[in-house]
Amino acid sequence: MAECHPVGFQWVVEAKARGAKVFHVDPRFTRTSAIADRHLPIRAGSDIVLLGALINHVLANELDFREYVTAYTNASSIVSDDFRDTEDLDGLFSGFDPDTRKYDPSSWAYAGGRQEAAAGQRSEQFEGGGRREDGAGRGQGEPEAGEQMEGGARHAEAAGADQYGSGGAETEARPLTDPTLRHPRCVYQILKRHFARYTPEMVEEVCGIPREGFTELAEAITANSGRERTTAWAYAVGWTQHTVGAQYIRTASILQLLLGNMGRPGGGILALRGHASIQGSTDIPTLFNILPGYLPMPHAHRHENLDDYLAHAGADTGFWGRKRSYMVSLLKAWWGEAATEDNDFCFGHLPRLTGDHGHYTTVMAQIDGTVKGYFVVGENPAVGSSGGRTQRLGLANLDWLVVRDLTLVETATFWKDGPELRTGETRTEDVATEVFFMPAASHVEKEGTFTNTQRLLQWRHKALDPPGDCRSELSFYYHLGKRIRARLSDDEIDRPLRELTWDYPEEGERAEPSAEAVLREINGTGPDGRALSAYTELEPDGSTRCGCWIYCGVYADEVNQAARRKPGREQSWVAPEWGWAWPANRRTLYNRASADPQGRPWSERKAYVWWDADRGEWTGHDVPDFEKDKPPDYLPPEGALAEAALAGTDPFIMQADGKGWLFAPAGLADGPLPTHYEPHESPLRNPLYGQQANPARRIYHREEAPYNPPQSPRFPYVLTTYRLTEHHTAGAMSRPLAYLAELQPELFCEVSPLLAERLGLVNGGWATIVTSRTAIEARVLVTDRVRPLRLAGRTVHQIGLPYHWGWGGGGLVTGDVANDLLPLVLDPNVYIQEGKAVTCDLRPGRRPTGRALLELIQEYRDG
Amino acid sequence: MAQGGWISRWPVLRQLRGENARGSAARSARTDALRPRTEDADSVARSVCPYCAVGCGQLVYVKDGRVTQIEGDPDSPISRGRLCPKGSASKQLVTHPGRQTQVLYRRPHGTEWESLDLETAMDMIADRVVRTRRETWQQEEGGKVVRRTMGIASLGGATLDNEENYLMKKLYTALGAIQVENQARI
Repeated sequence: MAECHPVGFQWVVEAKARGAKVFHVDPRFTRTSAIADRHLPIRAGSDIVLLGALINHVLANELDFREYVTAYTNASSIVSDDFRDTEDLDGLFSGFDPDTRKYDPSSWAYAGGRQEAAAGQRSEQFEGGGRREDGAGRGQGEPEAGEQMEGGARHAEAAGADQYGSGGAETEARPLTDPTLRHPRCVYQILKRHFARYTPEMVEEVCGIPREGFTELAEAITANSGRERTTAWAYAVGWTQHTVGAQYIRTASILQLLLGNMGRPGGGILALRGHASIQGSTDIPTLFNILPGYLPMPHAHRHENLDDYLAHAGADTGFWGRKRSYMVSLLKAWWGEAATEDNDFCFGHLPRLTGDHGHYTTVMAQIDGTVKGYFVVGENPAVGSSGGRTQRLGLANLDWLVVRDLTLVETATFWKDGPELRTGETRTEDVATEVFFMPAASHVEKEGTFTNTQRLLQWRHKALDPPGDCRSELSFYYHLGKRIRARLSDDEIDRPLRELTWDYPEEGERAEPSAEAVLREINGTGPDGRALSAYTELEPDGSTRCGCWIYCGVYADEVNQAARRKPGREQSWVAPEWGWAWPANRRTLYNRASADPQGRPWSERKAYVWWDADRGEWTGHDVPDFEKDKPPDYLPPEGALAEAALAGTDPFIMQADGKGWLFAPAGLADGPLPTHYEPHESPLRNPLYGQQANPARRIYHREEAPYNPPQSPRFPYVLTTYRLTEHHTAGAMSRPLAYLAELQPELFCEVSPLLAERLGLVNGGWATIVTSRTAIEARVLVTDRVRPLRLAGRTVHQIGLPYHWGWGGGGLVTGDVANDLLPLVLDPNVYIQEGKAVTCDLRPGRRPTGRALLELIQEYRDG
Repeated sequence: MAQGGWISRWPVLRQLRGENARGSAARSARTDALRPRTEDADSVARSVCPYCAVGCGQLVYVKDGRVTQIEGDPDSPISRGRLCPKGSASKQLVTHPGRQTQVLYRRPHGTEWESLDLETAMDMIADRVVRTRRETWQQEEGGKVVRRTMGIASLGGATLDNEENYLMKKLYTALGAIQVENQARI
């Protein structure tokens, strides 16, 4: 955090100065470790064992915050007697189909409950017999062409858990429970059995964290949780870029719920996101599987009309139960007067998914020739995405490519100077791709909002006009849309474009569209044309329009609330008048949980929001994340829907049952509970179960990017990639800057003195890092910051590698592309690649060049 | 924050307190006359740092149509005026000489960039979108209506504004382009 979110880290330092204890769990010793009370080096890819052992410690010693757990989580819910745990099936849950390599999650349901299909199940029900892939059942070098091909007959599943919107999956609002938590099939007891084998000994053996380190951490977090105290966990992509990434976060969620650390000040699980508006890019997504506000994109086989769609798009209870209002208001925002009740509000205008259309699958479709045209906008996949060679092969097989950026990033110039030219694999003249480079406006040359890592929208005022041909994306897409609309026919396929609302006020000589007008459309308007104030005002009948329901209120009272800048020192510590946080300007989500079931603060010290019985409303330091006038003793009537179906003691208002889910009865593709699986490429056998890796992980068997075999002596080291303070992602925003280039001029790899000695590596000299994808060279940094780990009687070496360099991109400093080393293997819920724990070999000296590089890789592949 | 003994011995503090006579040795008529370049800016825009997602406040100083300085915004309750090395260097991000400010075009099989007028480029791109969409239009797949093109894809960065992502998703969806992705996946 000190390295990659330095200014955010000031608050950790403040907390420490006030007595907080700071632990840093990371494979490397960093600036964060230097400030922390305790650094615990961990083997990359083993965090579920550590977190699972903390859960086991809490459960075995009954250290959970029992009153919170029984009232606010699903600990007491009773699960179907068809459920079988990984304890019973050696690392698999019930419902796994070895032929399709997918789970049927019906046995994970609450007893007697009805259930939605799990995330991973949505497509193959209709595609019948599509075989799932898993490396465990197939040797290396046996590609099965076409398996994951875009447009092929066997699409994998459509999207992940977000197919249920921002709520949880559909389930019973009132499942059977045992409040004593003794029933053998209640969630609490299932949890206890599941995590029993996650012991301190296992932590030592799998993670490399010694016993005393674990004990210190376990005692600290339990002592620091409860009525009077809270503990927070912060993470970044070190937890997400894994084949079990979603389950990493689930494990932390379970721990935090058991300790009563959710929805309370100083608690939570804080995702430290790495880009200025990466949160906003998910809220208003340029992502294939969702529409604005986490509404699922419709699926061809499930969603023939709006009613089908709503019936399969998640829960009817909790605030997600209002999804018809959210969806209809979005359709009205996009298709205006053309969208009527009679035509399903133009629901038919939406294109349909049939499977995984994510980034990596799209790249395969480029190589296979399905994708003809590609827009790359403020992104540099030739350097920044895993398996860079695969990315570049895709770019080289397009008809046309539009790249928009501040500098000539490698994605724009691959045809002229890419690594494949130097190895002789391709020639410039042979690349048929037509390339348009469109220079972009910088953040100070346009206005608009970023959404930061705490869901806070902040408006940026424009400082000056962009130079030359530089334009904002807003201007580019607005004018592109105008030009496309001017080229339409009367053909039915053009109807969604013809009827699209696309009339924004134009400003200045360059006719730039008004960003405030777009923000106002996102906010939404009522029947009177006035800006709406809250998403609870949205209606299902087409009388309201709203481009993103969770952002409704950002333009309340016709005021750009995101532009509010009341100085922090002139307001409370919650600072509610700086910017605007979704939803409804709530700064801490689910903050009903900061009060006890009766609505009183758990303690004076941790008071945040509470029930004011005299005034009959919730009040406090933050906007209550709860219906303002719903009393703590409210009980839902039979058959109630939406938020009315949740009791006054149900804080998790987006969930179908209002509870924090320790056990997920539906919604995940790889199991209702987190389970330790080894990374796809690992030097170790999984010591916990017979099942080596996540059985549902997504694999691409492609000759462009083969995998390192598990436990291969050819690739004995663990490689993990990371960022430096002085650079940003693929480097286009940092390598061209003289100050930053000077501070970190060269790609390096961090190795321990022991490994350096063993391999003959010299500090400041060169090393070559090899995987089955390619080999790159880097300067050697011999340092105690990475320590060899003793795991189950053997020494495992880890290598740290920043990934900011590329061959061009306008960089004042250049270097090999670290991401070229990485495999294409994905988490099955969210399709994020496993970039943080892979295997490699390390050799002294520079990498070979030209053909010799290809020959070296072939030697490694052939073994 | 930290209030240990070391900080009171810090030379800067000792100078400020006047405990160290050497402080005045660094003073001269020239240094007395030095003014920060922020003082004579024509305008100051309140902005937000474009690097990580902490969202530090920035003040962007402009004089004679050029950015002369970018500093932390002390009013921000998030950053309290602070910026990290990248945020502090962000004036260079918007002013560095390597910034490409003209449209460039590479024709199929071409070996060099060519220059191209912005309006022409916009028209050419619109032509290609319309043509590719028609050529790759998929009305049905497996007997189900899909109304889409699998021939056009997009990968958008996570430094774009919400308003920009919104127009992108809206236009792509109306076009029937579904392979729309973002750094948020990566």
